[in-house]
Amino acid sequence: MDLSYGPEYEVFREETREFINSHRDQAPRGQGMKSPEVLNWQKLLIENGYAARTIPKAYGGYGAQPDILKSRIIAEEFASAQVNSGLGGQGISMLVPTLLEVGTEEQKQQFIGPTLRGEMVWCQGYSEPGAGSDLASLRTAAVLEGDEWVVNGQKIWTSTAQHADWIFCLVRTEPDAPKHKGISFLLFEMSTPGIEIRPLVDMTGVANFNETFFTDVRVPKHQIVGERGQGWMVANAILGHERDSLGNPNVTLSRLNSLMELMKTETIAGERLIDNPIYRDRLMQIQGRVMALQCNDLRVLSSRLNNTDARLARMIVKLQGTELRHDLEGLAIDVMGEMGLAYADNPHLRDRGSWQSQYMYYLGLIIGGGTSQIQKNIISERGLDMPREPKVEKAS
Amino acid sequence: MEFGLSEEQNLLQRSVNGFLDNASSLEKVRALAEDGGDVWPGLSELGVPALLVPESAGGLGLSTLDAAIVAEALGAHTAPAPFVSSAVMLPVALRSAGGDHDSLFADLASGAVRAGCALADGYGTRAGSGITSNGDSLSGTALYVLDFDADVYLVADNQQALFLVDKDAANLSAQSLTTIDKTRSTGELTFSATPAQRISDDPAVLQAVLDAGRIMLAADTLGAAQEMLDQAVEYAKQREQFNRPIGSFQAVKHMCAEMAAGLEPCRAMVWFAAHALDTLPDQATMTACHTKAHLSEVGKFIAKTSTEVHGGMGFTDLVGLHYWFKRIGFNRQLLGAPELLREEAARAQQLVA
Repeated sequence: MDLSYGPEYEVFREETREFINSHRDQAPRGQGMKSPEVLNWQKLLIENGYAARTIPKAYGGYGAQPDILKSRIIAEEFASAQVNSGLGGQGISMLVPTLLEVGTEEQKQQFIGPTLRGEMVWCQGYSEPGAGSDLASLRTAAVLEGDEWVVNGQKIWTSTAQHADWIFCLVRTEPDAPKHKGISFLLFEMSTPGIEIRPLVDMTGVANFNETFFTDVRVPKHQIVGERGQGWMVANAILGHERDSLGNPNVTLSRLNSLMELMKTETIAGERLIDNPIYRDRLMQIQGRVMALQCNDLRVLSSRLNNTDARLARMIVKLQGTELRHDLEGLAIDVMGEMGLAYADNPHLRDRGSWQSQYMYYLGLIIGGGTSQIQKNIISERGLDMPREPKVEKAS
Repeated sequence: MEFGLSEEQNLLQRSVNGFLDNASSLEKVRALAEDGGDVWPGLSELGVPALLVPESAGGLGLSTLDAAIVAEALGAHTAPAPFVSSAVMLPVALRSAGGDHDSLFADLASGAVRAGCALADGYGTRAGSGITSNGDSLSGTALYVLDFDADVYLVADNQQALFLVDKDAANLSAQSLTTIDKTRSTGELTFSATPAQRISDDPAVLQAVLDAGRIMLAADTLGAAQEMLDQAVEYAKQREQFNRPIGSFQAVKHMCAEMAAGLEPCRAMVWFAAHALDTLPDQATMTACHTKAHLSEVGKFIAKTSTEVHGGMGFTDLVGLHYWFKRIGFNRQLLGAPELLREEAARAQQLVA
């Protein structure tokens, strides 16, 4: 057992802190995409190796050797300083790693640089009204006509579709093949004729998602990642990337600290909520769960450093992390009592309403990215080697 | 950075598990439970009692994490042994208190002397019990003394001082108590101006002993719960109903997934708590309290759920799952139940006014 990162890394941590301290006034506070503030900050982070760190220079990254601990230190320091750590989003977190693995040289050159710089914003076209947990049953079709794919169908849960320049999209190109083998992975511009976007307002009151309709959308033939029919494999590599980022216990820890502050300031009948033993016990239960997941996270990190896979420890993170976060946000609302009902422009709002919106948002994350029930299937079938559910014969 | 077990620790784990697979099989546990015997002589041959005894006193001088690994193996095998008192809490008390204890250390290290612990006055005395001291003598009653079949007892009084009491001391009466867990010995000690050796007046020494004991009970639960989960998964793969293994039904496999999802982080948490006790003094008590509380909650869930996965057979003595069920229950109640420990964790970080 050795929890220290070593002297080389402590130097790196100091450098990172110095960078953050001397540049933090340039960091954007809002979420606005493509504002000069956001683009300049992203550029500065890449130039200094705090964003796109391990992406080769030739593709617009910083070009450092992968170093798990350095990446970790960067994440820790930006989080604890509460300074914007650069652009995320599905283009950067999902498409870029996939193109690096399976994209053609031409695709890497064309897409990775602008995506990293924030000039090219992406959305993801996976789920459909009839293909949620059973994603591989998707029906949006692409038919090759000469040098173009002609795409028809509908996607749902396309976050940021209204701002996106491009979409990476799963379509059925081989209707006669078994369902997992008939899918291809296409890239196309959202300005292509035939695309219609309808915002889907979620329970937080915001249209984070959209429904996206395709009618005879014509896509150049070469804008396919991987071969025809390999789209499922390509997409699964990406889903791995997505799940790893959900339920991060270090972000949850900073929320726990905010919750403690709330309970030290919020009062009922003149008594601080932290002084009420029932609420305090609920806080301690949450703290114990956060602590367990942080330890688990250290174990997973360490196993990545040693190239030994703590498989089950890694598999449970999305399930446990999102459920815990939802419970944590929910406790904040409970301790506030009727104050916890405040929303939007209510003058009594605490912490800008973040508890209410995050409580609901994390319910969304329990469902999105593979529902908790799908996670349990994965844990039991792949982690515990339990038998799969027998296939249901197709009704004809 | 290395968050995990070393090669030596993996070896220790394999060697203890190897011994217990045979010496503490379910069949042998049943027999030992009826006769009141235990596996301490065999563990002594492996050097287990010497783990935390300082090298200068003839012990192995190993870490709390090494002890936790052994505790986990004992829990997995529901092994009857006075490990927590003899190999952990008393050695930690002697080490923290200071003074010359070389002769007792030597007897503990060889397994010749067994210890029991009566520490309830240190964290919460129940009605009908309580210990007061007058110089070097003790009066009162201690209930649920852990590892009761002992040669020497470590006793806390109501001032958080610690004493050693010989089992043959004058004016000491001992009455064993039956609990649900037949793999542990517990009992009641009554003192009436009983001669005792005062070894510490420092509450920090008692705290160190409780922290270490709680981590051991948490590790014991880790091992027991992992075993219950493994048995449930195995049973669900074999048992068929409606012409298919019940493990292929989502209702059943999700129960197993929930057990695994709850338990997997517990392993890292026990490792960290043990490590913190030796190297992160500021976090030691809070972490030990949280770890035992959290393991108790997850353990309780797994004890119930694994039994349910086994259906009616889980409820029988024949399958014997109840040995693990009761072991987990025992660990939960002793040295502070979850609610008390969470309150102590809150106090340890100055959250209690």
